[in-house]
Amino acid sequence: MAWEPKIVGFLCNWCSYRGADLAGISRIKFAPNVKVIRVPCSTRVEPSFVLKAFQSGADGVLILGCHPGDCHYVEGNYKTMRRMPLLKKMLVQFGVEDERVRLDWVSASEGEKYAKIINEMTETIRTLGPFSSNGREGDNGKA
Amino acid sequence: MGKLKLALYWAASCGGCEIGQLQIGTKLLKLVEVADIVFWPVAIDVKYKDVEAMPDKSIDVCLFNGAIRTSEQEHMAELMRQKSKVLIAYGACAFTGGIPGLANMFNRELIFERAYLETPSTINPQKVLPRTQNTMPEGEISIPTFYDTVKSLRQTVDVDYVIPGCPPEEKTTWLALEALINNQLPPKGTVISHTVKAVCDDCARKKDVKKIKKFYRSFQIIPEPEICLLEQGLLCAGIATRGGCGAPCPAANMPCTGCYGPVEGVIDQGAHFLSAVASVIDSNDPAEIQQIINGIPDPAGVFYRYSMPESLLRRAKIK
Repeated sequence: MAWEPKIVGFLCNWCSYRGADLAGISRIKFAPNVKVIRVPCSTRVEPSFVLKAFQSGADGVLILGCHPGDCHYVEGNYKTMRRMPLLKKMLVQFGVEDERVRLDWVSASEGEKYAKIINEMTETIRTLGPFSSNGREGDNGKA
Repeated sequence: MGKLKLALYWAASCGGCEIGQLQIGTKLLKLVEVADIVFWPVAIDVKYKDVEAMPDKSIDVCLFNGAIRTSEQEHMAELMRQKSKVLIAYGACAFTGGIPGLANMFNRELIFERAYLETPSTINPQKVLPRTQNTMPEGEISIPTFYDTVKSLRQTVDVDYVIPGCPPEEKTTWLALEALINNQLPPKGTVISHTVKAVCDDCARKKDVKKIKKFYRSFQIIPEPEICLLEQGLLCAGIATRGGCGAPCPAANMPCTGCYGPVEGVIDQGAHFLSAVASVIDSNDPAEIQQIINGIPDPAGVFYRYSMPESLLRRAKIK
């Protein structure tokens, strides 16, 4: 079977998850590669969740939250906005390409935007190819 | 009851753990009253073959420090496990990989190139690199294999307890040894320390709301002596690090570097540290946030200073 990008999508319950719902209800066609995990807020996504996704075989991680200023918990998404750039900077040191993690904002009314982001992300990861957290250095036993 | 049989071994480490062990000072005399040291390469002349000749589980306790980087260290980890009833990971390297674990940002090839060819003090025109097998006029000789990836002791063999620290503080070492002498060891797997809370709990500095406009490296500022170092923009790992050390580094105006490992319940110390630090950046503007983050030139090295091999990603992917 041909390789397909595996993307983990963390969607905030209040905006982005509803945006995804709207995309579905509106019968918009988009790539099936994102496995959605609903979280109460984008800031629930601790950096370790992203690492865990890569460790578990994901090729990309997508984090979607409410637009800045619209957070259900007032400033949760601002914390996400601060964490993800630092995490991405560190991931590059680990050999994880910058494009493999994407943070974006999708409101409950943005079904179209949701579908567009999913398609873009899927294509980006397809171009990058599969990610394996072990790289070629996983085989410790060999000289 | 006869005397305890105690062994101490070092793998990929700096020798600091031996200093940590000697720091217990006159309590050493108390220790040798109840224990015989049967193996300790730094101090007594017992060969590997002598240890191999000992019956299995004949050593009561082994304090093992250092990470696992070569086949020799891996062999010794397995041997000490086989010969010891209780195996204790002593110090940050055995616990989470430690400073040698930072080499997981590279691989063997890159490390050899750097160490044997590129360093300014090296003269090696024939470009000789270490090889496991060598044919000499006298016959085949071999040296231990140098692995691509550094592992902690816990990732190599089953470990009963951990004594954290780089090196462990005298009081932490004694806490464990006392439990051992009195035969009151905690449940298997315990990280032996005076507290399960973070270093901040031990730290006497005044703590207030944390908002960071600019990160500093320790050589860039002389911090105020009484205010939380993180609030002053220094990357102090206290918030993500197990306490019990008594916070001697912040007391000396230096940020905590995280040697006691993650607090209870946390798997990935670096991600935890990163998350806490980034959340308190004092800006809601993406461009400014990026600029503040630029003040951290080496996030992986700072956040995983002692715990790269035990992090979720364990090592960098080298293309």
